[in-house]
Amino acid sequence: MSSSVRAGTVYTETVIYSAPEAFAAEAPYQTAIISLDGGGRVTVRIAGDRVAIGDKVVEAEPREGVAFFEKAA
Amino acid sequence: MRPVAIIGIGKTPFGAFPGRDLRSLAVEAGEKALHNANVRPDQIESFYLGNFAGPSFAGQNHLAPYVSTALGIQGVPSTRIEAACASGGSAFFHGWSEVAAGINDIVMVVGVEKMTSQPTARVSQILAEAGDCSGEMKAGSTFASLFAMIARRHMYEYGTKKEHLAAVAVKNHANGALNPDAHMRKPITLEQAMKGKPIADPLNIYDCSLISDGAAAVILAPLERAYEFTQKPIRVLGISQASDYVALDQKADITTFPAVRRAADKAYQMAGVTPQAIEFAEIHDCFTIAEIIAIEDLGFVKKGEGGPFSFEGNTARTGKLPVNTSGGLKSKGHPVGATGVAQLCDLALQMRCEAGERQIPRHSLGLAQNLGGSGATCVVSILGVV
Repeated sequence: MSSSVRAGTVYTETVIYSAPEAFAAEAPYQTAIISLDGGGRVTVRIAGDRVAIGDKVVEAEPREGVAFFEKAA
Repeated sequence: MRPVAIIGIGKTPFGAFPGRDLRSLAVEAGEKALHNANVRPDQIESFYLGNFAGPSFAGQNHLAPYVSTALGIQGVPSTRIEAACASGGSAFFHGWSEVAAGINDIVMVVGVEKMTSQPTARVSQILAEAGDCSGEMKAGSTFASLFAMIARRHMYEYGTKKEHLAAVAVKNHANGALNPDAHMRKPITLEQAMKGKPIADPLNIYDCSLISDGAAAVILAPLERAYEFTQKPIRVLGISQASDYVALDQKADITTFPAVRRAADKAYQMAGVTPQAIEFAEIHDCFTIAEIIAIEDLGFVKKGEGGPFSFEGNTARTGKLPVNTSGGLKSKGHPVGATGVAQLCDLALQMRCEAGERQIPRHSLGLAQNLGGSGATCVVSILGVV
């Protein structure tokens, strides 16, 4: 894994069932605020398995400019 | 600073009114307030309109003179204030400032939103624009999802339970059922509130305020002139507006709103009262968790105790601190720009003993807390019987 890949811990999360117009086709989906290992927080979409507070996550491939994170292996 | 009083109030019912446009709602509330205060339109010296998203919801901009002239108010400053869900409270704060500073005597503040002309997904999109559109909203957040993440963290840190959230909804529905102007006059059970349609975990439909149309208005005057207009003036004892980051992920701790604490501290100081002296409150329950956090940030209970305090019935009409006797945003409805002004009208109704079936016995010192976005703006007002 490249050192430029962002990693962190889930600070909080939710699964969204009622989505805004632009995301309605993708619901339900999970979003989370990640406390990044290097400091700071970012709001991201979760790819793959659902995550919970405290889970370690890494950045997956960005899709259309949106940061997607997934559970760390 | 001069002491300031509310000399008149007016509200439309809140609900879904397909035949009504933004201006007709605002004018109805404004005319009721003029009548209530025995004030003529030509006596209004300055006009403030609290409105969040008229241009998006109704396709109309330049809204303040658009409304004021329809009320027969001509030539005076007409100013729209936008501060997301705190637009109404902020408009009130600015109207109060003018009277307190001695710039003008008779000032009208109207709050209005016309929301139900758009489908729910479009409404969510428009509301989402009150968040950080370059970050959190790009990831697919909604306001419900931001407050859902706040609830998750509050549960994690303080042991707040889903039942605590549901109890807030049950209580506010019970109050709203007694309010003839409420959007949803329907009592619900704890079981129903626990099992609503999921919106953003852990929040379900019963944790979320309503998408409503409606307007509210107040008229302000220097206290020394209040009796020219009314026998029941309500004094603005303390008021403050504070701000914070728009994006939730920039806050160090999302289980507390620094803007609420700052606004409250200054308002308590101005009023010369402690949180424990407050007899009842109208709280910004855009989501059930927001009411729980607000009663903590306002100093009514210790951090983390808002959930159990609510669950035990302390915030019911018969409790030690009645909260949202109007039904709150949850049951009364939440026409965004109207909400902050309507809270003040609802405090005034209790203080004038005009709250009908939901009248509470202790009503001489009340507090209103109006929150914008996920806490980027907060206005706290403390009103007292003269």
